[in-house]
Amino acid sequence: MSFLTVQNLYKSFGGNRAVDDVSFALAKGELLALIGPNGAGKSTCFNMLYGILAPDKGSVCLDGRELIGMKPRDIWRLGVGRTFQITAVYASMSVVENVQMALISHHRKTFSAFTRAARLYRDDAMALLNLIGMKDQADRAANILAYGDLKRLELAVAMAHDPALLLMDEPTAGMAPGERRALMKLTADIVAERGVSVLFTEHDMDVVFENAHRVLVLNRGQLLAEGSVDDVRANPAVQEVYLGGGTTFGGDGDHA
Amino acid sequence: MLEISNIHTFYGGAHILHGVSLRVEAGEVVSLLGRNGAGKTTTIKSAIGLVRPRDGRITFDGTETTSWASHRICHLGLGYVPEERRIFSDLTVMENLEVGRRPARDDIPAWTTDTLFELFPNLAERRYNLGGHLSGGEQQMLTIARTLMGNPKLILLDEPSEGIAPVIIEKMAEVIAEFKAAGLTVLLSEQNLHFAKLVSDKAYIIESGEMRYEGTIAELEANSEVREKYLAV
Amino acid sequence: MAFYFAQLLTGMANASALFLVASGLSIIFGVTRVVNFSHGSLYMLGAYIAYSSMTVLPGIIGFWASILVAGLAVGLIGMIIEVCVLKPIYKAPELFQLVATFGVILVIQDMALLIWGPEDLFGQRAPGFEGVVEIFGERVPSYDLVLIVLAVVVLIGLWYLFTKTRVGILVRAATQDREMVSALGVNQSVLFSGVFFLGAFLAGIGGAAQLPKGSANLLMDFGILAPIFVVVVTGGMGSIWGAFVAAMLISVLQVYGIRFLPNSTLVLMFIVMAVVLVIRPWGLFGKPEAAGDHGSQGPPPKPFRQLDPSGRIIVAVIIAALTLVPLSGVNFLSVLFADIIIFCLFAASLHYILGVGGLVSFGHAAFYGGGAYVAALFVQYAGTPMELALMLAPLGAGFAALIIGWFCVRLTGVYFAMLTLACAQVLWSIVFQWDEVTGGDDGMLSIWPSAWASEPGVYYYLVLVLGVGGVLVLRAMAHTPFGYALRGTRDSALRTEAIGMNVKLIQWMAFVFAGAMAGLAGGLFVFAKGSVFPTEMEIATSFDALIMVFLGGVQSLTGPIAGASVFTLLQDWLSRFEYWRLLLGLLIIFIAILLPGGLAGAVDQVKALLGRAPKDEAAP
Ligand SMILES: Nc1ncnc2c1ncn2[C@@H]1O[C@H](COP(=O)(O)OP(=O)(O)OP(=O)(O)O)[C@@H](O)[C@H]1O
Ligand SMILES: Nc1ncnc2c1ncn2[C@@H]1O[C@H](COP(=O)(O)OP(=O)(O)OP(=O)(O)O)[C@@H](O)[C@H]1O
Ligand SMILES: [Mg+2]
Ligand SMILES: [Mg+2]
Repeated sequence: MSFLTVQNLYKSFGGNRAVDDVSFALAKGELLALIGPNGAGKSTCFNMLYGILAPDKGSVCLDGRELIGMKPRDIWRLGVGRTFQITAVYASMSVVENVQMALISHHRKTFSAFTRAARLYRDDAMALLNLIGMKDQADRAANILAYGDLKRLELAVAMAHDPALLLMDEPTAGMAPGERRALMKLTADIVAERGVSVLFTEHDMDVVFENAHRVLVLNRGQLLAEGSVDDVRANPAVQEVYLGGGTTFGGDGDHA
Repeated sequence: MLEISNIHTFYGGAHILHGVSLRVEAGEVVSLLGRNGAGKTTTIKSAIGLVRPRDGRITFDGTETTSWASHRICHLGLGYVPEERRIFSDLTVMENLEVGRRPARDDIPAWTTDTLFELFPNLAERRYNLGGHLSGGEQQMLTIARTLMGNPKLILLDEPSEGIAPVIIEKMAEVIAEFKAAGLTVLLSEQNLHFAKLVSDKAYIIESGEMRYEGTIAELEANSEVREKYLAV
Repeated sequence: MAFYFAQLLTGMANASALFLVASGLSIIFGVTRVVNFSHGSLYMLGAYIAYSSMTVLPGIIGFWASILVAGLAVGLIGMIIEVCVLKPIYKAPELFQLVATFGVILVIQDMALLIWGPEDLFGQRAPGFEGVVEIFGERVPSYDLVLIVLAVVVLIGLWYLFTKTRVGILVRAATQDREMVSALGVNQSVLFSGVFFLGAFLAGIGGAAQLPKGSANLLMDFGILAPIFVVVVTGGMGSIWGAFVAAMLISVLQVYGIRFLPNSTLVLMFIVMAVVLVIRPWGLFGKPEAAGDHGSQGPPPKPFRQLDPSGRIIVAVIIAALTLVPLSGVNFLSVLFADIIIFCLFAASLHYILGVGGLVSFGHAAFYGGGAYVAALFVQYAGTPMELALMLAPLGAGFAALIIGWFCVRLTGVYFAMLTLACAQVLWSIVFQWDEVTGGDDGMLSIWPSAWASEPGVYYYLVLVLGVGGVLVLRAMAHTPFGYALRGTRDSALRTEAIGMNVKLIQWMAFVFAGAMAGLAGGLFVFAKGSVFPTEMEIATSFDALIMVFLGGVQSLTGPIAGASVFTLLQDWLSRFEYWRLLLGLLIIFIAILLPGGLAGAVDQVKALLGRAPKDEAAP
C-alpha cells in the first residue's frame, strides 16, 4: 500500500517547465531515490512536497491527507521530517540543545515561560544522539562540529518527532566518500528499524546504488525511468542523460 | 608556478593550517585531496588572499603574494572557483560573466563568452536568466565560466564536481583536459577520487591542516594503505 | 484642476532632495552593508557648504558651481569618513558600523555649530529662477521646475550607471558578495570608497539644491533621517526607481495633506508607508533579502552562558553596592544611579530582540517614550496613582509593540530596522503634533511619584527593585524555551520553521515583550524626572539605546548593562563641556574602532590574555 502518492505535479517558471506531470508513490519503509541531471526538477519537486513552493497543478497525499496548500510547519506536524542540503543547525547552541529544540516544539512547549529550556527533554534528546552515535559530543557547540557530524546531527533533529516520512535533498552533499556511505548506512538502518519512508535525491551514485530500494529518474521535469537499482543502471536512456560512462563512480561492492 | 611553503592559517583563534606546503608546476593538474574539514578550502583561500596566513610564504609565478589583497593576486593570473559557487543571483548569466571579465594576456588565448558557451551549452540557453534561477549544476558551470573570463594562468577549483550529474562530471574532466592542452594550470580540491584520478597528474593529501602525502596520481592509486587511511576509500 | 496640478508640481519639487539623499543611502547600504546614520549629516553639510560657497562665488555661475562644489566636497567628506572610520571596522559584526556613523553625526553636529554658528542661514534664490511661471493659470515657482528636472536627470543617470555600465554591474555584484567580487579581480577598497563618494555626493547635492527653498540649519540631519528611511523602505531597498517613486508619492501626498489635514502632516507619510508594506512587504520595487548572503562578516554567534559562581558573586556585590547609594546622602548620586538603572533596563530590553533575537530595531525609543507617555497621560487625565501608572506603562507600550510588531516582523534585516524607525516616528509625530493632549513640544510636566516615594532616596529603591528585577526577568527569559526558540530564529529561521515553530509569531511575541519592558523603563523615567518630552521618543533616543547595546557587546547578556552604564556616565561627565557632542562622538568612534566586540568582547579578550577564558573547545 502506498503511503505517499504524488499525482500529476506541474510547476513552471516563466516558460520553463521545471516539473512536468510527475507522479509516483512511496510505500511504507521504502527508501526511494530521485535522481536526474542538473536542472531536472528534483529540488523543485521536494519544495512542493514540503510546502515551500506551490505547484501549478497536482496533488500530494500523505496517508490519505492532501499536503498541497499546507504550510511547512503543519506538514512537519503531520510527521514529515526533512534535512537540508546546506546544513541548518543552531550555531549558538550545543548539540543536545539542537535536538531538544525539536522535542520542545513537538511537545508544544515553545511558549512556556517558566522552565529552563536546557533541562527539557534532555534524556529523550540524549537517546536520539545515542542512536546516531553522537552521545559523547552532546555538550559541544554545534558550530565547531566536523561536517559529517553536522549532517548526522541534522538527521537526529529530523528524527526527533518520530516522523513517518523523511525528505532528504542531497543528504551527503559536500561529504567525504567514507562519511557519505556511513551516513546513508545509518539512515538505512534507522529506516529499517522504525519503518520510516525516505525520499532522497543524490548525485553520488555510490550512495544511491548501495542503499536505494527503488530509483526514479527525472529528466527535464519528466519521469524518464523508474525501477530497481539494476534496471536503472542498465537503462541506456538513463546512461545517456545522466550516468554517462560510469567513470566517475565505483560499482557497488567496488570498495566494500 | 604556484608555491605554498609552510603556511599557518587561523580563523580567529583556531589554528587551521599547520605548516602546509605545496607546489604546482606550470601546465600541471594537481589534486588536493582530504576529508571534510581537512583544510582544503582554507589552503585555496589562503592562495587567493581571502584569508591571510599568519606565517609562511606563497609565491605565484615568481612573485611573492603572501599578504596581498585578492584582487592583486587575481590580476597576476590566479583564478578562483569557490566551492559554494557564489554566483551573483540578481545578475543575469551574461552580467555574471561580465563581472569576471579581465583583459586578455599575451601568452594564452583569451576566453570570450562565445567560446565559453561552446564549452557549456546549458549556459548559452540561459544567458538572460538570473543566476539565482539556475539549478545547482548550472550554477556550478557558471562559476567556472565566470572565472575563466578573467583569463587566468592558474585556476583554483574548489570541489567542482560537488552536486553535479555524473555525465557532466565526465564532461568537466574533458574540459580540464582541454584547459591543460591550452596551457592552463589547475589546482583542484576534491573529495571524489574517481574524478581526481581522471584528470590530475599529481596529488596531495591534507589532513587536520597538515600535508600527509604527496605523489603522482598513479602512485596514490597503487597505495591502498594511504587511500584507506586518509580518504577512507 | 489647475490648482491640483500646481500642487503636484510643488510636491514633486519637494521630492527632489528627498530622492537624492535616499538613493545615496540606499546605494551605500547596498554595497557596503553599512547603514549610514550620518547620511542626514552629509545632507546638512551640503546645505552649509553651498551657502558658504555661494557667498564667495558670485553670480549665476557661482550659484550653480556652488551646488556642484557642495556635492563634490560632501562626496570627499563621505570618502574620508569611509576611509578613516569605517574601513577599520568592516570586519566587525553586522550593523556594528552604525555605532561609528552615529559618532560621526555627533562630530558633524558640533563642527557645523563651530563653523557656521547656531543661526539658520538662508540661501540666495537661484539666479534666473527667482520668479514664477504660470501653468494653467496657477503660479508655480520656476525653481521648483529646476528641482524636478534635477531629480529626473539624476534618476536617469543612476539608472544608466547601474544597468548599462561595467561599473554598475560590479557595484550590483558587490552588493551581493563583495568578497567574491574581489577574488574576481576588482579592487574592493576602491569600489567601496567610490560608492561612498557617490552616495555622499548625492546627499550633498540634495542639501545644496534645496537651499534656495529653505535654509541651512542644525536640525537638518535628524530631520531628514526619518523621511529618507521611509522613502527607502517604501520604495524597496536598493531600488533607485523605488526611491524615486516613493519620494514623489510621499512628497505629493504631503502637499495635499497640508491643505486638507494640516494636523496630520507628519503622520501622513508613515501611513503611506504602512499601506504599501501591508500590500508589498518588501516595498514597491524591492525584493526579499536573499537568505544567507555571503557579505556578512564577523564571528558566528556565541552561546549565552549561565553565570558561573564567580559571576554570580560579582552580580550580588554590584547589587549590594547599589543598595548603598542613597546612604551616601548625596542626592545627586541617587538621581544619577537611578538614571543608569533605567537605561540598563531600556538597553537590556532592546538587547532581548537585538542580541537574542537578531532583530535590529532602530525605533525602540517608541516603547520607552511610549511607556513614559502612557504613565504621564494616565496621571494627568485620570489621576491614576503612580503604582497603577507604573503597571499601565508596560501594558501600554506592549500594546503599541503588538501593533507595530505585526507590521515589522514580516520583514527581516535592515528592512525590519528601517521600518521600526519609521513606526517609532509615527508615534513621535502623534505626540509632537497632538498639542491639546500631549502638550506637544512643551511636554507634560509635574508627574511626580506618590507621596511615600517622593524622596529621591526612596524612589531610587523603587527604581532599583523594578529595574534590576526587570533586567533579571529579561535574562531569565533568554533561558526559557521561548528564549531558546527566539535564538533559534536568529541562528536559522529555516530550521526553526522546519521543526514546526512559527518564526514570525515568536519574533512578534518577543517584540511585544521587549516593548513592554522598555515601557516599564519609560514609566520609571517619568516619575524620576517629573516630566516627559517628545525627545524621549525621538530617533536620537533609539540610537542611544543601540549605541549602548553595541558598545556593551551584542553577544553577551551582560553587554547592554555595561554599555548603558558606561554610556550614561560618559554622557553625564562630558555634557559639562561646551562641545561635548564632538568629544562624545570622537570617543564613540574610537571605542568602535578599538573594541569591535564591544566592552564585553574586550573583557573576554583581557580574560583570554590572563589565561582564564571560558575554555572554548578547539575546532576538530
Ligand atoms: N525560482 C525559479 N525561477 C525560475 N526558474 C527556476 C527557479 N527555480 C528553479 N528554476 C529552474 O527550474 C529547473 C529545475 O530546477 P531544480 O532546482 O529543481 O533542479 P534540480 O533537479 O534540483 O537540479 P540540481 O541537481 O542541479 O540541483 C532549472 O532549470 C532551474 O533553472
Ligand atoms: N570561517 C571559519 N571560522 C572558523 N573555523 C572555520 C571557518 N571556516 C572553516 N573553519 C574550520 O576550518 C577547518 C578547515 O576547513 P576547510 O573549509 O578548509 O576544510 P575543507 O577541507 O575544505 O572541507 P570540506 O571538504 O568540507 O569543504 C574546519 O575544521 C572548519 O571547521
Ligand atoms: Mg537540486
Ligand atoms: Mg572545502
